[in-house]
Amino acid sequence: MRYLDEYRSPALLRGQLRAIRELSASAVLMEVCGTHTMAISRSGLRPLLAPEVDLVSGPGCPVCVTSERDVGRAVALASLEGVTLATFGDMVRVPGPQGTLLEASSRGATVRVVYSPLDALALARENPDRRVVFLGVGFETTAPTVAAVVLRAREEGLKNFFLLSLHKLIPPALRALVDMEDFSIDGFLLPGHVSVVLGTEAYGFLPREHGIPCVVSGFEPADILRAVYLLLRMKVEGKPEVVNEYSRAVRPQGNRKARETMYRVFREADAEWRGLGVIPGSGLELREEFRDLDAGTWDLEVPEVGERSGCRCGEILRGRIKPPECPLFARACTPDSPFGPCMVSSEGTCASYFLYEGGEGSGG
Amino acid sequence: MCLAIPAEVVELRENETALVEIGGVRKVVSLMLMDGVEAGDYVLVHAGFAIERVDREEAERTLAVLEEAAEYGPLYE
Ligand code: SF4
Repeated sequence: MRYLDEYRSPALLRGQLRAIRELSASAVLMEVCGTHTMAISRSGLRPLLAPEVDLVSGPGCPVCVTSERDVGRAVALASLEGVTLATFGDMVRVPGPQGTLLEASSRGATVRVVYSPLDALALARENPDRRVVFLGVGFETTAPTVAAVVLRAREEGLKNFFLLSLHKLIPPALRALVDMEDFSIDGFLLPGHVSVVLGTEAYGFLPREHGIPCVVSGFEPADILRAVYLLLRMKVEGKPEVVNEYSRAVRPQGNRKARETMYRVFREADAEWRGLGVIPGSGLELREEFRDLDAGTWDLEVPEVGERSGCRCGEILRGRIKPPECPLFARACTPDSPFGPCMVSSEGTCASYFLYEGGEGSGG
Repeated sequence: MCLAIPAEVVELRENETALVEIGGVRKVVSLMLMDGVEAGDYVLVHAGFAIERVDREEAERTLAVLEEAAEYGPLYE
């Protein structure tokens, strides 16, 4: 397909690899976005770049960073009489205190997997006798689509469409990450499609205040290698900036209409991230005028629990360890029978390693 | 989950939607998050919404940069 295939020629990869080697620099770089993690694992870039360049994964898989408590709230919601809970596919397999949404549905809860929040709206229209709750997970890429659907529901006067907003924002999470003790990442590969909405200036504080080079990158292997090259070069030259490698999709100012839609419906609120804890202003809650469709205000019984003991997703999401360092990896935790969310999501770091980086049989 | 895929806009439809083609498959997507989309544009589609145009000039420019590095020839020879 146009604008995809052209980027996949092996000659482009070799050229970028050569450019990287010629710099003879070493660095630990974090790919923030789960879609990058998957692309890197699938294309086998990690071993090609090692040991000089160590690519570690960050907190950029929305399903993975959803807290145990929030998974519990979702299961409690889905289990209410007369409620249909609609959400994206990966969410239904994440274990929470009362098990997964999928397990809840086998106990009688009504759970529907949708591809778009528009499908959840359609469910509400078609089932006027049920309360349809959309479980909104995702970052700046996804939140505007959910906001647009909230506005549509309002326009149509739908009374049975509700939202549990677990949306999260990337820049506050990066701020929390770099402020952590023993943070030691030399550069960020920034999420391309989050940046489509945000633009590039939202990350300006990273080079300015922390001296960390950043590259907004596309998702083809050649894009990723080019981003790695640019990060290394900035490190070598000591001139950190935010560089936009994905300029075919990301405008410096981002997509203003998408941001306006998002902020018309949501406002920033504190949010709890798996592995990172509560980060101020890193979540999105519905504004006052949309409170009537906020399922987050419903009274729910959620068992109090900590994160699953044994699962080291928290450290994975902070880039502290790699999946094979978790004793459960590829043993008690596999994509067929995931113990933690990083193994559930198709973009989870543990699932990416398991599927593409010799997880099977390689153990701990 | 932040996956977005390039699609060609086939025609505009009513209610702020468009028919697009993604790798031979046609579907209707919402244009609520974009202004000024026209038939023939390439857009990125995420969760049923067009979220941005793919800029042809920038796409060519990036390819040119990548191709320039590729012209030095294979690395392992
Ligand atoms: S391998 Fe499984 S248990 Fe270990 S950190 Fe990853 S998701 Fe958690």
